[in-house]
Amino acid sequence: MKIKKGKDVIAFNIMAYILVGIFALACVIPFYLIIVGSITKENIIVTKGYQFFVTSKEFSLEAYQMALKSPESILNAYGVTIFVTVVGTALSIFLTTMTGYVLARPDFPWRNKISFFFFFTTLFNGGLVPWYLLCTKYFNFSNHMYSLIVPGLFSVWNMIIAKSFMKGIPFEMTEAAKIDGAGDFFIFYKVILPMAKPLIATLTLFIALAYWNDWYNCMLFMSTSDNWNLQYTLQNILNSTNALKRVAAQTGMQVGQLPSEGLKLAMTVIATGPIVLLYPFLQKYFVKGLTIGAVKG
Amino acid sequence: MNSLIKNVKRNKTLLLMLVPPILFVIIFSYIPMAGIVVAFKNYNYYDGFLGSPWVGFDNFRYLFVTGKIWELTRNTLLYNMAFIFFGIIFEVGFAIILSEINGKIFKKVTQGFIFLPYFISWVVVSTIMLNIFGENGVLNSLLGAVGIEDFSIYQQVSGWPIVMLFVRMWKQTGYGTVVYLAAIAGISQEMMEAAQIDGASVWQRIRYITIPCLKPTIFIMTLLAIGNIFRGDFGMFYQLVGANQLLLQSSDVIDTYVYRSLITSPNIGMSAAAGLFQSVLCFVTICTANYIVKKFDPDYTLF
Repeated sequence: MKIKKGKDVIAFNIMAYILVGIFALACVIPFYLIIVGSITKENIIVTKGYQFFVTSKEFSLEAYQMALKSPESILNAYGVTIFVTVVGTALSIFLTTMTGYVLARPDFPWRNKISFFFFFTTLFNGGLVPWYLLCTKYFNFSNHMYSLIVPGLFSVWNMIIAKSFMKGIPFEMTEAAKIDGAGDFFIFYKVILPMAKPLIATLTLFIALAYWNDWYNCMLFMSTSDNWNLQYTLQNILNSTNALKRVAAQTGMQVGQLPSEGLKLAMTVIATGPIVLLYPFLQKYFVKGLTIGAVKG
Repeated sequence: MNSLIKNVKRNKTLLLMLVPPILFVIIFSYIPMAGIVVAFKNYNYYDGFLGSPWVGFDNFRYLFVTGKIWELTRNTLLYNMAFIFFGIIFEVGFAIILSEINGKIFKKVTQGFIFLPYFISWVVVSTIMLNIFGENGVLNSLLGAVGIEDFSIYQQVSGWPIVMLFVRMWKQTGYGTVVYLAAIAGISQEMMEAAQIDGASVWQRIRYITIPCLKPTIFIMTLLAIGNIFRGDFGMFYQLVGANQLLLQSSDVIDTYVYRSLITSPNIGMSAAAGLFQSVLCFVTICTANYIVKKFDPDYTLF
């Protein structure tokens, strides 16, 4: 049935449109400004500062050409980031969903005890120092690509999201497959995973995002620039003229001629673009997959 | 005993499936927990965890005598309290508004926009800050156009916490909003319609249906945040404050301090001591908070 819209609904909507509108604009305008800045001529930025609009006279793709012309630092960083993100996300999704499934099985006798064994690590931890010493001294993390993948492979929070989603899949599915003689791993892989698409979409987004945006592990473990990922390369371009000098040397330009301000923004666009474009594809699964609430056993 | 063996046999595959994550947690979480002995040692690289000589509480003494740790703890705590408080208001507020809004397209587009900042790293946030508030920033270009002098946000020592709060809300609201929207989607539509038929206004429906239904989610999200109330967001503080000495006065948090004393000016024992102090504080806080919530309503507890 149709319910008549009262005055309160109109008042609410006016307020809602204004508040949400303002906040949404505040969220999106900085991105617009970054793009504008990245396609503005360098001398305009230097003399007049970053602008709100770009006219055709001030337009230039110089910064992007520069970013893509210095093959070593930027293309290599892209390669590292893509490799780490793809491999890390695939492995992590597999581990996370598998753990979530086992711990959500009502017939698994130790599910509560093992869940708490995992959960406890979120309540107490040794802090950065012992972890860092362990990784560098005993696991040889320094300057190896795997040190960008391993730390993100398993997160208890993602496992909890996976577990609460798996609990929503009727246990009859597992039982029926069991009666047909399927093994537990087969059931998980062939029966349960195909039903967990919203979960996989949500986890893909979170995990891929964490890998893509990681600069912390890179900063901790990578002293040589061979294995630098996009974010850390960007951080270096932002913070040091050394990185700029390297780009200059590779492209055969003087540092002074380099569109350094524009280059920073072009790099930002390059480093952010792909992951932002992932969102619309995963959005429809998102609210379904994200059921936080059931932390307890 | 026999039943245990039988149980293990019956669940052989399930147990095997748990081996990799259990190993992962033992190696990267439980062993480092034992590694906190470093806080009581004069660590050197060659002797490692076990071989380095014991020094008792020396590493802690410096931290506490200079008062450094209290300053760091205060900064971390105050920042996180502000983040939690305003976080709830922004996240719950926008989730409720978005769920009640009429325009479908407007809702979808704005929801996407609000979520956008969640997708970028703190490195990119720091570029954005420079782009808008830096020396050459858009703000100064606009101010210059109307003849107002340059303004540098990076020198506003007392105002800086407010800047941090705004940036935090800007970046984090989208995520929280989706969490609460997911919870709102779980509220029975029939209940909403029944209330509408009975003549409840929007405000009444929010006040008496939506908010009470969101209570468990709010409690759990807040408890989780309280568990980390002594843990500063390293990425945020490292990228936005960095080595700006002026701003470090009010914005040095435990995590950035631990990092600096581990990497930049190595003092591993002291760094580990600060980290241990932080972990213990967090542990005590979450246990206390959970205990209090348990008295109030056991359904809302974490464990």
